[in-house]
Amino acid sequence: MAPAVSLRDAVALAGSFPLLAGVTLDVDEGEIVHISGPNGAGKSSLLRLCCGLVALRSGTAIVLGHDLALDRRTVRLLVGYLGHETFLYEELTVEENLLFALRASGSSTSEAKADAKSAMARLELTGRLPGTQVGKLSAGQRRRTAIAVVVGRRPRLWLLDEPHAGLDHDARVLLDEIVAEARSGGATVLLSSHELGEPGAQQLADRVVHLAGGRVVGAPAALESETAHVA
Amino acid sequence: MLHDAVLVCRKDLRIELRAKIGLNQVAPFAGAVLLLFGLALGPSRQALEPAAAGLFWVAVLLSAVLAVQRSFAVESAHAARDGLRLSGLDPAGIFLGKGAAIAAQLLVLEALLTAGVALLFGARLAGGIVLVSSCLAASIGLAAVGVIYGVLSSAARVKETLLPLLFLPVAAPVLLGATKAWDDALAGRAGSSGVWMSLLAVFAVLYVAVGTVAFGPLLEDT
Repeated sequence: MAPAVSLRDAVALAGSFPLLAGVTLDVDEGEIVHISGPNGAGKSSLLRLCCGLVALRSGTAIVLGHDLALDRRTVRLLVGYLGHETFLYEELTVEENLLFALRASGSSTSEAKADAKSAMARLELTGRLPGTQVGKLSAGQRRRTAIAVVVGRRPRLWLLDEPHAGLDHDARVLLDEIVAEARSGGATVLLSSHELGEPGAQQLADRVVHLAGGRVVGAPAALESETAHVA
Repeated sequence: MLHDAVLVCRKDLRIELRAKIGLNQVAPFAGAVLLLFGLALGPSRQALEPAAAGLFWVAVLLSAVLAVQRSFAVESAHAARDGLRLSGLDPAGIFLGKGAAIAAQLLVLEALLTAGVALLFGARLAGGIVLVSSCLAASIGLAAVGVIYGVLSSAARVKETLLPLLFLPVAAPVLLGATKAWDDALAGRAGSSGVWMSLLAVFAVLYVAVGTVAFGPLLEDT
């Protein structure tokens, strides 16, 4: 089976500054991989590269069987990305933000409504929240709305950049459940955090890939061995 | 592409209806521009009436800068611009949708300003077809140029000052063509405005075509 993500000597630059300095990485379909590393290691850049938000300068990047250099738009339709920012419109309600995102990804109006309703229910965005403008929500509720957009799109590859940031304990547990459900539905998940010992990420992941200076510096086969190494 | 354009246009107009920036800020700004030019030219109707068309279109042009800035400020908050890139929307559809939303706002503004020049400057609104069709063509042209330079400048740190610098010189043919067409119409010579109407139409078609092709690379690479 072809890997969900296959990077070979992937280089990405911001001006002349290397964000990624030659990353080689394979992620199998259905795998949950925890990308760890200190600030500036290239974790966010790696995830942004996988959805085409960061341009590949050299090397190859095949995502879900599509070459990112040639077919970025197809990849984007198959990927769900949760970044540091929410990508939401403050003047639109929670439901309108979801409907816009889902209709933009090609769903019909009825599909988008059903998927939005289901995603809001899963993220416990119920009661008055669906009709509330995003600008009036708390930071945690906005974060949950952003997660609901990813859930509603039902992506084959989930790219979660520090997904637990800004969430309370209950929301973190809920997110972990959602990620586990996605994997059992066949999705692949890459999630980043700068803490190797972050409980949610560590418990979810099949393995850890450690980045430093824009390169992979450790990719233990099993999470257990990495945990032992860290300890 | 059209489906995506409709989606983006409806989203932008819904945001504007909620935020009311156009109503509370852009329209009063345009009114102030008219009023200030009127004060500068003096109270004489003989001085104001011949200048009405030019003052109207200067007010529209300056207000268009604000409308374009607002359209891209919405995409800057919470990195919604990256959300648009990831959405799967056709970039040409995004361009057409944002352009249509800006053009619609400009048309509403022009309707308000038309009443303004009639009241303040005593302009007689003759040649209605030329007035309306020049507003349509000029609004489409301004919106198309605005979206092209809006996306280009929105990624820059100095976007507030960069946009007028890029936009206003390129939009000068619209100012010229629309002012001349309105001059002819208001003076009862609507029949002689054909060349200026043609200039406005060519400008609009050219920049809609350029934007449809170029918006994708501009959105991705700037």
